[in-house]
Amino acid sequence: MHNDVTIFSADHISCTFGSGKKIVRAVDDVSFSIASEEIVSLVGGSGCGKSVLAKVMLGLIQPQTGKFLYKGKTIENQIKHWREVQSVFQDPFSCFNQFFTIRSQLKDSFNVMEKKPSNKEMEDRVDQALLAVNIKPPEIEGKYPFELSGGQMQRMLLARIFILRPQVLIADEPTSMVDACVRANILDYLMKLKEELKMTIVFITHDIGLAYYVSDRLFIMHKGKIVEQGAPDDVTLSPKSEHTLQLLDDIPDIHKEWIKGRATSTVPA
Amino acid sequence: MFVIGIALFFGTILIALVGPVIFTITMERVGPQYAPPGGRYFLGLNDLGQDYISLLIRGLQSSLYVGFLAGIIATTLGTLIGIYGGFKGGWVDDFLNMVTNLFIVIPSFVILILISSSFKEGRSLTLIGIIIGMTAWTWSARSVRAQSSALKSKDHIALAKMNGANTLKVLLVHILPYLFSYVFMVFILQVASGILSEAAISMIGLGPLDTVSLGTILNQAKNTGALGDGVWWAFIPASVIITVIVFALYLINTSMEGVFNPRLRK
Amino acid sequence: MAIFEVDHLSLHYLTRFGQKIHAVTDVSFTMEKGKILGIAGESGCGKSTLVNGLMGLFIPPLYPTSGDVRVAGESLMNRSPKDIRENVLSRKVSMIPQGAFNALNPTRKVKDIAADVMSAHMKGIDKSHIYDRLRERFDLFGMDTNKVLNSYPIQLTAGERQRSVIGISTLLNPQMVIADEPTSALDVTTQKVVIKLIFDLLEKGIFSTMIFITHELPLLRHVAHDIAIMYAGEFVEVGTTEQIVFDPRHPYTKALMGAMLSAEPGQRQRKPTAIEGAPPNLANAIQGCRFADRCPAARAECKVNKQEIRIVGERQVRCDYAQ
Repeated sequence: MHNDVTIFSADHISCTFGSGKKIVRAVDDVSFSIASEEIVSLVGGSGCGKSVLAKVMLGLIQPQTGKFLYKGKTIENQIKHWREVQSVFQDPFSCFNQFFTIRSQLKDSFNVMEKKPSNKEMEDRVDQALLAVNIKPPEIEGKYPFELSGGQMQRMLLARIFILRPQVLIADEPTSMVDACVRANILDYLMKLKEELKMTIVFITHDIGLAYYVSDRLFIMHKGKIVEQGAPDDVTLSPKSEHTLQLLDDIPDIHKEWIKGRATSTVPA
Repeated sequence: MFVIGIALFFGTILIALVGPVIFTITMERVGPQYAPPGGRYFLGLNDLGQDYISLLIRGLQSSLYVGFLAGIIATTLGTLIGIYGGFKGGWVDDFLNMVTNLFIVIPSFVILILISSSFKEGRSLTLIGIIIGMTAWTWSARSVRAQSSALKSKDHIALAKMNGANTLKVLLVHILPYLFSYVFMVFILQVASGILSEAAISMIGLGPLDTVSLGTILNQAKNTGALGDGVWWAFIPASVIITVIVFALYLINTSMEGVFNPRLRK
Repeated sequence: MAIFEVDHLSLHYLTRFGQKIHAVTDVSFTMEKGKILGIAGESGCGKSTLVNGLMGLFIPPLYPTSGDVRVAGESLMNRSPKDIRENVLSRKVSMIPQGAFNALNPTRKVKDIAADVMSAHMKGIDKSHIYDRLRERFDLFGMDTNKVLNSYPIQLTAGERQRSVIGISTLLNPQMVIADEPTSALDVTTQKVVIKLIFDLLEKGIFSTMIFITHELPLLRHVAHDIAIMYAGEFVEVGTTEQIVFDPRHPYTKALMGAMLSAEPGQRQRKPTAIEGAPPNLANAIQGCRFADRCPAARAECKVNKQEIRIVGERQVRCDYAQ
């Protein structure tokens, strides 16, 4: 089903911050590999190291120990790396400069490409990307980030990915800040991106339910280590790690008891 | 508060610009030594018989010029160094920090005196302004560096980098606008500080040799013993003007915080 | 006796240009002791405006249009903000705003922030008395009381901060607590801890009723006794939790339930429903049903006839065609 091309491979990598007594091992001796066109989720609570691992994959941080390879080579040139690996973040408002219009910032993304297309082509591609996330270009004409809603802004982040057409997308909690209704939309667009561009997606979240729906494989993280990995059904049906169990337990699911001994309504037969 | 500050400040600028039109400025001797205020020369005459109105207007122009020149140089230099060091971090930041600290440790006033006194001739307003600017920038650098360092971990910077923006573009487009209000406040304070520094250096006799400034007026008053003789018009008007300008600038600075951050208004 | 009664409450905003935005229209409900009411709806539906109205806190540009709000029989309408702040807030009705745990004063220790609230409402009480009471109360929270009280907000985790906020809001044993998205920005494990605390406090009688506002229906399933679904300023369905979650009638409620994702095996094949579009602009008078242009079951009549609340299947539904 998947290509045999290994996109990311990590060999005992660690990322530490601080020094001496206050040393923090954000990523602790982690090894894994991710193949092309896979959707992998990194799942864990806050502080588990998933965001730091994401930054390593993006080339924003270098691991202190171990080897991290993208397509078999270490990440030397950041700009070259960003032509193929891009990201969407959790808070769409903090991702854009509040002093410039949204459209001009979308056009800015072309600067990472080797050859910038002509102005007309850039405008066309921006229009197409907007339509791909169901936004008509006149809707955002001349608008600044603070004039749009959270859902629209999150779609701008996705439109940017449609423009850049990377091979790999690191999605860091893309739906944490949006409503349940908008969340389904965002996931739709992500799937659309994956289908059209044959992308590999690394999805980062604290919600195992979301990860379950979206991924081919799950990596459960806790305190910098990967404590479990596998296919969604395996991980949720027969979790091996207590941390996985904890995560599954902590999600309010409508069919199961959530907090022992406390129910505000009965579970129907 | 802001309104009062702006009004006062623009008042003084107005006097500096429009004054020469209303009053004829002359450096000629128009009467006896230290003639008291009266009639046309309602601010009296100095020890050389020159009209204080003319002197003060000229002096005001000079002081404002030096203040702004020093302010612009200090703010630009300090902002560039601070913003670059704060953003880059690492050894670049350490190095720039070391340079900044070096300049802070050496008392700028002493440098001012040394450089000024080494120019026996050719001490002009412009030179004084440049010297003040080149020694006062450390404060701007420190403040801006802290802000720049705090901003560099924001998401929109990461996104800008991933859009292929180089360091210069990130600094100018993605960091500087966010610091603009801060830099503006820094500029106001640097101008005030520049005016005060000029007055101080001129008062001890190391000021400009070719023009009148508020500081040189005070210096003259001091040298000719006007203080002791009760010749109040020799030093009070000049002091008042300096105080008013600096006070106005500080008012503007303090109230700017309220303008930029509406929550503080309540 | 009902602790909290809301009677056909409508609220509006006045924009700078004199436009009236009808943010909340005709909301009614009552609450008994020991019950939690969940209000669910997407952002922009008017939940946060409703919260201000429920406290009687009308600071321009927010104004009451009509209706009444009563706490233990006492009306909160037509009272000055000063009156509300002194006599109602924290004592009878307490509010935990969205993102409160990030809005704690970073320059004061937790115990000082709490002491400020206490001394503002209990004049003449002495400091040591305050700290004793604080410690007694915070001991119920399952955190390291001494550490939390003596720390600055920035030294605590998000969960500790949110629990502190809840602690401070309930210090004076208010009858009603309104919590606006109290767990939205927390990860699932911390969320559970905070909810456990809320249940604990309710059980111990520290507060009598709560309104829990969120857009996460699965959470309300476990937290609320009754649920009201809000859309474009109106309640579109109100009922018990079982009714709303397992037998939704209104098309919008059905869509919200369909947008849920669960980790149940076999659920992967089910695509969550996505609702395109956005809520209507409430500055303009809206003809017919407010949900009509996004409703999957909309008919021609929906855009014309105003929908009133009717009783369907033992709960209130605002849709003429709900079965």
